[in-house]
Amino acid sequence: MNESAWDGTLSASEFSASAQAFAEKWKLNNPAYPPWTWVKSLEVPIFATNQVEEGYLSLENVCIVKSNDDEVASCVEGEASLYDKEDEESTDSATLSGNDNVQPYYFDFHIIYSASFRVPVLYFRAYCSDGRSLGLNEIESVLPANSAKVLLESKWTFITQEEHPYLNRPWCKLHPCGSSDWMKLLFQAVEKVDRPAMELYLVSWFSVVGPVIGLGIPIQMLKEP
Amino acid sequence: MKEAQEFVWMGAIPLQIHLHESEVTTVPPPPPALILAPRIGYLPLLLPLIKPYFSSTLPPGVDTVWFEYKGLPLKWYIPTGVLFDLLCAEPERPWNLTIHFRGYPSHLLIPCEGEDSVKWNFINSLKEADYIINGNCKNVMHMSQSDQLELWNSVVNANLEAFIRSSSKLKSGTIEDDYASKSSLSSQKSQKMIGEADTSVQTKTGKVPVRLYVWNVSEDFGDMEDAPPIDSWDRISYVNRPLEIHREEGKCFTLHDAIKTLLPELFGKKRKPSEGENDEQSFGSEEETKNNRMTEEGEGNISQPLETGSTADDDPEIKLLRIQGIEPKLETPISWVANHLRHPENFLHVCVYIKVPSAKSL
Repeated sequence: MNESAWDGTLSASEFSASAQAFAEKWKLNNPAYPPWTWVKSLEVPIFATNQVEEGYLSLENVCIVKSNDDEVASCVEGEASLYDKEDEESTDSATLSGNDNVQPYYFDFHIIYSASFRVPVLYFRAYCSDGRSLGLNEIESVLPANSAKVLLESKWTFITQEEHPYLNRPWCKLHPCGSSDWMKLLFQAVEKVDRPAMELYLVSWFSVVGPVIGLGIPIQMLKEP
Repeated sequence: MKEAQEFVWMGAIPLQIHLHESEVTTVPPPPPALILAPRIGYLPLLLPLIKPYFSSTLPPGVDTVWFEYKGLPLKWYIPTGVLFDLLCAEPERPWNLTIHFRGYPSHLLIPCEGEDSVKWNFINSLKEADYIINGNCKNVMHMSQSDQLELWNSVVNANLEAFIRSSSKLKSGTIEDDYASKSSLSSQKSQKMIGEADTSVQTKTGKVPVRLYVWNVSEDFGDMEDAPPIDSWDRISYVNRPLEIHREEGKCFTLHDAIKTLLPELFGKKRKPSEGENDEQSFGSEEETKNNRMTEEGEGNISQPLETGSTADDDPEIKLLRIQGIEPKLETPISWVANHLRHPENFLHVCVYIKVPSAKSL
């Protein structure tokens, strides 16, 4: 095996470092969105792994609005909790532009490291303003037309319903099987480097994955600070 | 190797399946179904055997089948034998389960649309194991649909001969191990080995697919009978992380080493292979680099540190470790355990009950 050829994967500690870098850049360049937070998985199971502070990135209560004319979803600032699932009270701070026929959906996104595939994996779930969870088919129909298209046409991205690795609940997952392949391609073709600065891994990864679920990232994030 | 594989494939759990009372519409209620379930199989696959017992008594509607043990909805994608080993501290024979045909708890369990869902899950696990062992999913991806189906059917029917035929196309390989090679020399002459023919084939990455189910028992109990029931999946820590085997000259990487490697926060930072046979009782923590680790990570809130120079009282106690219904000695070489006790999708499923001393808050 060629030692110098990068296989498109990253280690657990590289993931943690990359997650931090990603969250910082996001905060800087994407002020319209709430920030990503790092959730220590210690808070759920009883232990962490090796030298790495095991955890995952979380972005919750993101409001995605599908307007009638199927344009790219507009996203609205979500404060601490747009919808407090515990109390069943919904504080709707969403600003909807005029159209009465839009239905806001709320998404939670978690970026979790897969030790088996050595890549990040996107987990998400969606619910209505009344707290009702959306099924897989509903989610696919709710996603903006552009991302639905990406989903259908790409052989590398498909969504399945699986159990969240830590939370013992069904979530949707973007399948990781091809991730290392397209990450490798991305860096070779676009960045023209054999091996990326690992801190940038997540930013690049998200530039591919984000649009699939209706979250774009501003171009500034892809540039060096 | 074949004997062990036969042992694993023939393993079965006698089940006594009761229809949930809310779904009984006849008087008297139907008697429970008595089913022998293969350990390596999955509960939803038993439906064709179970349904006839209850079909005349079910209320009208569409079936959404799920199983439950003492109030705990069972995760259908965990092999039956593993569920039994994990949830029955004291093995219950027959194992009394409740079946529901209505009211699927979709907020807790991922949907199951019959055999197809189970098959899909199995093939995905097979791919994951393939990736862990070989660094890619090519072996599974290159299997034709009909070969995959053949492989799957052999699992459904717990048919080892058929499985051996189908999986020869899979080339899963075995974990290289100095200890197995001696025995394989003699047995190679007597039987056709599957995968074993390549005992010299080293897994490319030196990684073993393992799924660990850890129950941290907070209370002390003498007999397994007194173990408190598991009333929620949140009490179980599920570790789905490849085991990296580090070979050292003259040292054997044991099952005990494997557990310590997979649960480093409980057993000390970096595991070393067992020094010798006397090691089995001591769960000593590794003092050296613990302090380095704390400073490296900066925030320092990674874990509650293990005491340096801790006595045996401070260490977590493995109260029980079960694989395929047996409790292997901790000093067994992990390569033997993984090669012989793995499931058809090539994962080794290990159930562990651990008691962490209360001094350590986690």
